[in-house]
Amino acid sequence: MTSSKSLLLLGGTSDIGRAAALHFAQAGWQVMLTARNEEEARRNADDIASRTGAEVTTHRLDVLETDRFSDFVGTLPRLPDVVVCVVGELGDQSRAQSDLAHAAMVIRTNFEGPALLLGLLAERFLERGSGTIIGVSSVAGDRGRGSNYVYGAAKAGFTAFLSGLRNRLAPRGLRVVTVKPGFVRTRMTAGIKLPPVVTAEADEVGRAIFAAVEKGGDVIYVRRVWRPIMMMITGIPERVFKRLRL
Amino acid sequence: MTELAGWGRYPRHESEVLSPATPTTLPKTIADKTGFIARGNGRAYGDAAIGERITVSTRGFDRIRAFDRTTGLIRVEAGVLLSDLLNVVVPLGFFVPVVPGTKFVTIGGMIASDVHGKNHHQDGGFGDHVEALTLSLPDGSVVTCSREENADLLSATIGGMGLTGTILEATFRLRPVETGWMKQKTLVAPNLESALAALQSVDDVTYTVAWIDCLARGAALGRSLIFAAEHARPRDIDVLRPGAPTFPSSKFGRLSVPFDLPAVTLNRMSVSAFNELYFRSGAVKSGYPFLVHWDPYFFPLDGIGDWNRIYGKRGFLQYQCVVPTEKAGPVLERILDQVSRRGAASFLAVLKRLGPGHGDLSFPLDGFTLTLDLPVSDDVFALLDELDRAVVAAGGRLYLAKDARQSPATFEAGYPGLARFRETRRAIGASGRVSSRLSMRLGI
Repeated sequence: MTSSKSLLLLGGTSDIGRAAALHFAQAGWQVMLTARNEEEARRNADDIASRTGAEVTTHRLDVLETDRFSDFVGTLPRLPDVVVCVVGELGDQSRAQSDLAHAAMVIRTNFEGPALLLGLLAERFLERGSGTIIGVSSVAGDRGRGSNYVYGAAKAGFTAFLSGLRNRLAPRGLRVVTVKPGFVRTRMTAGIKLPPVVTAEADEVGRAIFAAVEKGGDVIYVRRVWRPIMMMITGIPERVFKRLRL
Repeated sequence: MTELAGWGRYPRHESEVLSPATPTTLPKTIADKTGFIARGNGRAYGDAAIGERITVSTRGFDRIRAFDRTTGLIRVEAGVLLSDLLNVVVPLGFFVPVVPGTKFVTIGGMIASDVHGKNHHQDGGFGDHVEALTLSLPDGSVVTCSREENADLLSATIGGMGLTGTILEATFRLRPVETGWMKQKTLVAPNLESALAALQSVDDVTYTVAWIDCLARGAALGRSLIFAAEHARPRDIDVLRPGAPTFPSSKFGRLSVPFDLPAVTLNRMSVSAFNELYFRSGAVKSGYPFLVHWDPYFFPLDGIGDWNRIYGKRGFLQYQCVVPTEKAGPVLERILDQVSRRGAASFLAVLKRLGPGHGDLSFPLDGFTLTLDLPVSDDVFALLDELDRAVVAAGGRLYLAKDARQSPATFEAGYPGLARFRETRRAIGASGRVSSRLSMRLGI
């Protein structure tokens, strides 16, 4: 259980983040959890440390406070070997249609914040010559749908950012992984009816994220059934798609 | 609104269900509410964890907050499942000091019911091992309770069925174990009298329990298998199961009962056949010590997924009483006789030793406890009312965590600590505000 490897997990209070961090800690990794609410992150840190004996620290980070990112990276106890970003905010689509502040918050939380921070860390990884970046995006970003296109557009932006970063870093031997969980049973989706076959548990996503470090992969659909589903959905001609209620 | 029931699936009541995400948000969740009760994993059999109007799920409180691997001192949130905790601590050489008959209970529920295990005669109830707990009071404050601080509130909360407020966290000490095996010995008792004597004869063993073939009649009434066990030591493995891993993995698959079996499958024939089989297979190993994995030893029924469904749609009652030692023989004999005479069926009948309890409403007292399962039927209630009278007359009582039907009079007669409990409830403003279907039914 001794390993000097370290994980920086952005989104340390999310169910997926908790599950992912636990998998790393079980494998002997040192874990740094970030959250806006550090007390809540502390609950997860204590839990992971109690279960695994790993060293788990918490670090305050608001993904909307982009001007503080440089300081944040500078004050981390160490530059991590792997950064995993599970930051996300589903928001309320109908509210986002008229409430610009809400729409901006959804876009900034899902795209601007994660992209800027991972971009910053990528530069540091390049300087060092090593590091893996794992971003949790969403199948909602594969094609905009009437029912959640503000969130979807932000995730599409994030997916494109990760794709571009991967393209740029690959020749230098650095990995960028995009994880698309599909539906996941978490607090974020509590109260929403989810079809069982295409719905993953948070632990499944956490395991898939950890496996991505060991086994490789570029774009990972946690439940494989999502890949053909999204291929079909993106393949529908726009003149047909626009008439569907999705 | 959601329809809720306990593990016995009787009774069922509508309730609003709230699920606060963290213990810190709970006081806000209940601030302006009345008629609420906490619910853990819903394993109380009757109506203890169904709120009068609102039921507050603690399942989001599932974090282990601190664990000292040297001393075994652990602090957990109230919604942590015992099964989860055991999976974490057993491989590290620890066991939970008191465990009930199922591992699918929350730590908060274990305190609220002051659960007892097969080691109550030696180690007391789970509540006796709680060094501190944090409690959300109806007024929105959160207090720490320990033997030194708010001791009255602690003894009301241990066994208090959630009626003093919602337990948020608990600190207790784990028991060190050297292996994940139990060294078990089986004794055979041909009737109830010898079963009671046999249980007393193994009082020096940490874990003891008797399974009664409750359909045996006449001279064989109460014939039992007595299981006495200790946590095995490494040399026990060398002798009894050479080469076995010190901490065996849980490879005991679960067989689920996926739908409601019709009640007819539990008729006299099928139960009789089950018990006969159990009695035979146990008797074969009689007298010889052997090793059992901790999981099937402590939680044999957890291996059969949703076993509560085998009693059919109407659900079942679990009747658990305790009778003081000196009067236990005749009273328990009468209960067994009545039940077996009617063929009222009991998938399992369990007999255990108990020592004194310490919470105001704790179930245990120095005596013997008998547990029977009875499918809900039209005439079962009258039968149990009759049995209640014998139990109470002997100075016994019924276990609130199992109860779905006792009368307020039976309850009051069995629980002399009730007056003090009510006083504590008044003092913290819980009377009338923190209320479950059980507290309404019994007038707590």
